[in-house]
Amino acid sequence: MSFFKFSKSASLAALLALSAFPAFADEQHFPLQSYRVGPYASGGTGFFGGFIDYLNLLNDRDGGVNGVKLTWSEGETQYEVERGLEVYERLKSAPGIAAWNPLSVGIAYAMLDRVAEDRTPLVTLNHGRTDTTDGRVFPYVFPLLLNPYSESSGIVNYIAERAGGHDKLKDLKIAVLYHGSPYGRETIPIYELLAEKYGFELSQIEVAHPGNEQQAQWQTIRRQRPDFVVLRGWGVMNPVALTTAQRTGFPADRIIGNVWSNSEEDVLPAGEAAKGYTAIVSVSAGTEAPVIQEVTEKVYGAGKGNLADKARIGSVYHNLGVVNGILNTEALRIAQERFGKRTLTGDEVRWGFEHLQLSPERVKELGAEGLFHSINVTWDNHEGEGLVAFQQWDGAKWNRISDWIAPDWALLRPIIEASSEAYAAEQGLKLRTAEDVDKVATD
Amino acid sequence: MMDWHEVLFFFEVLVGGLLAGLMYSLVAIGFVLIYKTSGVLNFAQGAMLLFAALTFVSLVNYGAPFLLAFVATFAIMIGLGFAIERTVLRPLVNRPPITLFMATLGLAYVIEGAAQLLWGTQVHRLDLGISDKPMEIAGLLISSFDLVAAAVAFGLVAALGAFFTRTRIGLAFRAVADDQFAALAVGLRLPRIWATVWAAAGFVALVAGLLWGARLGVQFSLSIIVLKALPVLLLGGFDSILGAVVGGLIIGASEKLAEVYLGPYVGGGIESWFAYVVALLFLLVRPSGLFGQKIVERV
Repeated sequence: MSFFKFSKSASLAALLALSAFPAFADEQHFPLQSYRVGPYASGGTGFFGGFIDYLNLLNDRDGGVNGVKLTWSEGETQYEVERGLEVYERLKSAPGIAAWNPLSVGIAYAMLDRVAEDRTPLVTLNHGRTDTTDGRVFPYVFPLLLNPYSESSGIVNYIAERAGGHDKLKDLKIAVLYHGSPYGRETIPIYELLAEKYGFELSQIEVAHPGNEQQAQWQTIRRQRPDFVVLRGWGVMNPVALTTAQRTGFPADRIIGNVWSNSEEDVLPAGEAAKGYTAIVSVSAGTEAPVIQEVTEKVYGAGKGNLADKARIGSVYHNLGVVNGILNTEALRIAQERFGKRTLTGDEVRWGFEHLQLSPERVKELGAEGLFHSINVTWDNHEGEGLVAFQQWDGAKWNRISDWIAPDWALLRPIIEASSEAYAAEQGLKLRTAEDVDKVATD
Repeated sequence: MMDWHEVLFFFEVLVGGLLAGLMYSLVAIGFVLIYKTSGVLNFAQGAMLLFAALTFVSLVNYGAPFLLAFVATFAIMIGLGFAIERTVLRPLVNRPPITLFMATLGLAYVIEGAAQLLWGTQVHRLDLGISDKPMEIAGLLISSFDLVAAAVAFGLVAALGAFFTRTRIGLAFRAVADDQFAALAVGLRLPRIWATVWAAAGFVALVAGLLWGARLGVQFSLSIIVLKALPVLLLGGFDSILGAVVGGLIIGASEKLAEVYLGPYVGGGIESWFAYVVALLFLLVRPSGLFGQKIVERV
């Protein structure tokens, strides 16, 4: 490129930058605090890749959602909270923001006040702060499908199923190996409660961040001789747990991974040591679902796929991103039915999320049968009663080995409410009621 | 009466810790090589380790045989060593040590970014063909992989020891380490020596990267292995290869024993910072580390 051509392009780029985020009619925008480099890049590229692939599919196939085009912009966070907030501040002036999806507990925690003030939904699919499930206190936060408490309950229910019933739990010893971070420690009280309720012997063992050394923890586990180990890991901690378990003679099929220990990236580096390892999912892996096949044919076929490596289509993180796309855009569709087929405000999209009810039949219509079961979000239950299943690694791929299982929501709800009410009291927040749901800001 | 199982368990934790410590030593040796000859604490050693492992595994994934991939990666690491000397060290000659340290800090980010740009961000499995299943020796369960890693660490120390004492270039390294100005006065070419030592550190990074990569998977987290090497260096001394080995053994054993026996009383997950507690305690008694050179300066 000649200097003059370069100058011309640079001037044009500068002009565009000055007029950042021009307002277009009938566009809905997703600002993405993504992470494509750094220690958690493999998760970030898969998730955000799947999300963008689904948005592309809707744009190309349907012209967006009811004719409203879907747009997005990305800011790199490297999974760091301060960068996530910087990206939030930088991108929040874009017109027509639908929702934020940072895929980071730390960034989500730091955004709680900001999204409430800016009246824009914050989606924390499968993660986040558990008590944000309570829509009475957190109107703009949606830990869709699975919060950490439901995940723990689902895992214990699965162990009970393997042991032959909940009454058999009292004869079992369960060790929980958790990441030494707020994310890892989130479930300490719920496992204590579940141990008390079902009578199993519990030990909870912390692994210091990032988890690349676990010899001592697994030797302790060997000494305790638990029947099952629940792995609540993240990143490098997961394959290291599996290889160290092998080194200390603990069988992989007695290790049950949580929802952030269930990806291909968690098992592939562990090689043979991961064979037989089981993990919980709210979104299944695999390319069988029609929507994944459509993404492959129409998006990747047109050369618009977001993943650099097509072999990752249908991987856990990619499918999670696609389902995240489905949930976000279905919330838009539901909100459009109420407010009109146009660019919606953040608060209108919040209303859509609070009515996000997708039955198994609707999930099938969306081509996602088998990918996830259903969701039933209400104004006060922002998780939406997602069901969970379990998958086992056979050395080459994940295979689903259980039916969809329901966590013990009745047991969990009072603890969630106690926590959210304490937060409301501390922050001086008034609890919302059903009447508040329809009070929607249109600016 | 003492429970025999508890005694066995104690020794199992101890041996496991010693073997883990030797894995830390592998990383620490790379630091020592550069510090010894140029007085620079090379914070980029972890990034070099990541770059080496990622290059190797990517070449293998592209179909290169193991040996070819190893030789090619080593050649690339030599090239990297020479490039660092030419573009970073040489322009900063005679600058204060903190400037050089900050330069290596920046270098770490550049190498990490370049590694991801060149080879992508995916996690790769690295199979060296070494079994990681436990074997029972005298009633203790010991990882065969750890034993191989220990043998490699000792082999590396022996090879470096022979290199420093039996070869001309090794003697030149020692001369530079003792007194750079005297070395210059007798005609040694510092830039060439520095470039060679960075290439040697690249080789150590490759060996450590392969072993750690086989253990953790080849992924970004390899670059933060440096955090495991720092207490080893504090304890063993920044300029002693023997110190890196002994430091590794002490750190590995003490952090594992602390995690198992003290951890339950303080909530667990203490090994990462406990290593620094041990290193700091040693530092208070021996500021230059166990085997570090005592520097006496005229003021």
